[in-house]
Amino acid sequence: MTATNFGFSVVDELPVGRTLTYLEAIKEALTEEMRLDESVCVLGEDVGGDFGGAFKVTHGLAAEFGNARVRNTPLCEQAFVGAATGMALMGLRPVVEMQFADFITSAFDSIVQFAATTHYRWGGAVPWVIRAPSDGGISSGPFHSQNPEAWFIHTPGLKVVAPATPADAKGLLVSAIRDPNPVIYFEAKPLYRSVRGEVPANGHVVPLGSASIARSGGDISIITYGVQVHQALEAAELLADEGIDVEVIDLRSLKPLDWDAIRTSVIKTGKVLVVHSANRLAGFGAEITAQIAEELFDDLDAAPRRMGAPDTPVPFSPPLERAYRPDAASIEMAARNLARA
Amino acid sequence: MSELRTAQRLQLYYWMSLTRAFDDRMVAMWKQGRGVGGTFSQRGHEAVSVGAATALADDDVVAPLHRDLGSYLVRGLSPERVFSNLLGKADGVTRGRDANLHGMGDLSLGIIGFVSHIGLSMPVALGAAMAFQQRNERRAALTFIGDGGSSTGVWHETLNMAAVVAAPLVVIVENNQYAYSTPLNEQMAITDIADRAAGYGMPGIVVDGNDVEAVHHVTSAALDRARGGGGPTLIEAKTMRMLGHAIHDGAEYVPAELLERWKKRDPLAVYRARLTADGVGDDELRWHDDRAKSVVDAAVKHAEAAPLPDPSKLLDGVYAQ
Ligand SMILES: Cc1ncc(C[n+]2csc(CCOP(=O)(O)OP(=O)(O)O)c2C)c(N)n1
Ligand SMILES: [Mg+2]
Repeated sequence: MTATNFGFSVVDELPVGRTLTYLEAIKEALTEEMRLDESVCVLGEDVGGDFGGAFKVTHGLAAEFGNARVRNTPLCEQAFVGAATGMALMGLRPVVEMQFADFITSAFDSIVQFAATTHYRWGGAVPWVIRAPSDGGISSGPFHSQNPEAWFIHTPGLKVVAPATPADAKGLLVSAIRDPNPVIYFEAKPLYRSVRGEVPANGHVVPLGSASIARSGGDISIITYGVQVHQALEAAELLADEGIDVEVIDLRSLKPLDWDAIRTSVIKTGKVLVVHSANRLAGFGAEITAQIAEELFDDLDAAPRRMGAPDTPVPFSPPLERAYRPDAASIEMAARNLARA
Repeated sequence: MSELRTAQRLQLYYWMSLTRAFDDRMVAMWKQGRGVGGTFSQRGHEAVSVGAATALADDDVVAPLHRDLGSYLVRGLSPERVFSNLLGKADGVTRGRDANLHGMGDLSLGIIGFVSHIGLSMPVALGAAMAFQQRNERRAALTFIGDGGSSTGVWHETLNMAAVVAAPLVVIVENNQYAYSTPLNEQMAITDIADRAAGYGMPGIVVDGNDVEAVHHVTSAALDRARGGGGPTLIEAKTMRMLGHAIHDGAEYVPAELLERWKKRDPLAVYRARLTADGVGDDELRWHDDRAKSVVDAAVKHAEAAPLPDPSKLLDGVYAQ
């Protein structure tokens, strides 16, 4: 698959410091952690050798670290995720590449039944990371575009992150690798080459469980993550021209969740719109708005709202997929309605 | 194949006798309503679980299943901790978090605990083997699976991958003729599960699962081969599940004459007879049986008196710190 920028503006911030693409930032985190810690290793389909993965994220790693630490696997998600669990129990820190986040369902048992429950049941720590290239908007069809984060947030024992910027892509991957628990790292593949930003060179850590304020504002809070952070920021700029001051909270980490950041923002604005690319029904937005309704009801000036995809598989053809996804235009409209509510 | 010394043979006998005594007490207590939840009888599986686990080196790792009580005991989980686990006590292996023999992992003893979802220990044991391989350690991993479990997809994924990477892994299929109520002929269209090994490119060996020394020897050889870089081995141990699938199951679906035939091959009785024929005195064997029974008595006493978990600890330990 080629990385097109279908439907995405290239956010090419002028380089003040050193800038990297989102993809380069992921690779840099892997490289630095592998240099630092011998127990860090990579496995997955097509990740090794000169090939370096379907998206080239691991390109060059086998040359530097050897085939023993950058392992190609057969096509067997259940087995290689289970194997990562065994490696992790023996003290390694495997970083598994799912070729696409969509295929993570083929490993579902190994993840949610075995890896996620082990520490609670008998105290075995499972420090692996699964990198899952997620999200769509690039005409990849129903099985190369999915956002399955809700299933894993729903699973006790897992941590889930979804970076939106190159700096966070690096810092969160470093934290995920160092964390002693299984972490699902959703990397938004539409951002791989379309987003570029400043990334600290060494030892850059973004702790799990901390959100960031992507844009500060006083009128409404848009709570989002991943690809939709960029769409929300674009919508916020358009609304600013109309005098609507939007705050954009980039959650970065979905589990653990930075509830303080959400609370602070909601108390400030009194109006909340949660946006994600994943389908809305029983999506993560449902949980966030439910918590807000339960705990911050008196701080709200309007009912919390959610945007997500409809209850259909992800469609392939560009007009269908555009109609399916939240984007800057639909967020702008929803946010304007909420601001006026 | 090196001959076992008498002391080693008596060890094998003791572990089987302990497993049997434990199982008998467990089954009796559950029938009296003194158990918590369900549990799995071990009767018929003593030679496999003991013969295999005694072949492990100290720093090898094993991922046993629900018929492998003998393996847990041989590896050093104390009968007290295991019985407390069965009763959901705070000092059980899983501190009240997992049921019956499930989840009895302890990495200090080289044991990986299992989940109910049959087949999922296989890739985890593979991963342990791959870790040894990656670090150039002379260690191997061993795991078990049932005849029913051999029908899962993860069985295939694991054995193929193990052969491809030449992992130091040994997989023992405990072919006990049934998966719950399902007999072999409804589970597969072949006679020997070990035949499948050829399709993966690894040796497949059939062994009499009621002969503890035979199991011990083939497992030892396979583990040696694995540690030496020779890759994985599939061993099929033929045996019979002598009681129901789990404690509630009367197993009326098992033909009586089939059980009769296997009863004559009871692993403990067979080994007792062989040792007797080889000149071991009855007193000595009885001494081991008595010791096993008193260890089980003490374990039951301990577990029944042990405290239940504190509900305020419900949320503890979901995550490693
Ligand atoms: C994936 C899965 N499906 C169903 C079950 C329910 N179940 C528990 S044990 C069992 C039969 C297992 O048979 P086998 O693998 O031959 O092992 P045995 O109990 O005979 O030792 C079944 C169906 C399960 N635990 N896991
Ligand atoms: Mg069976």
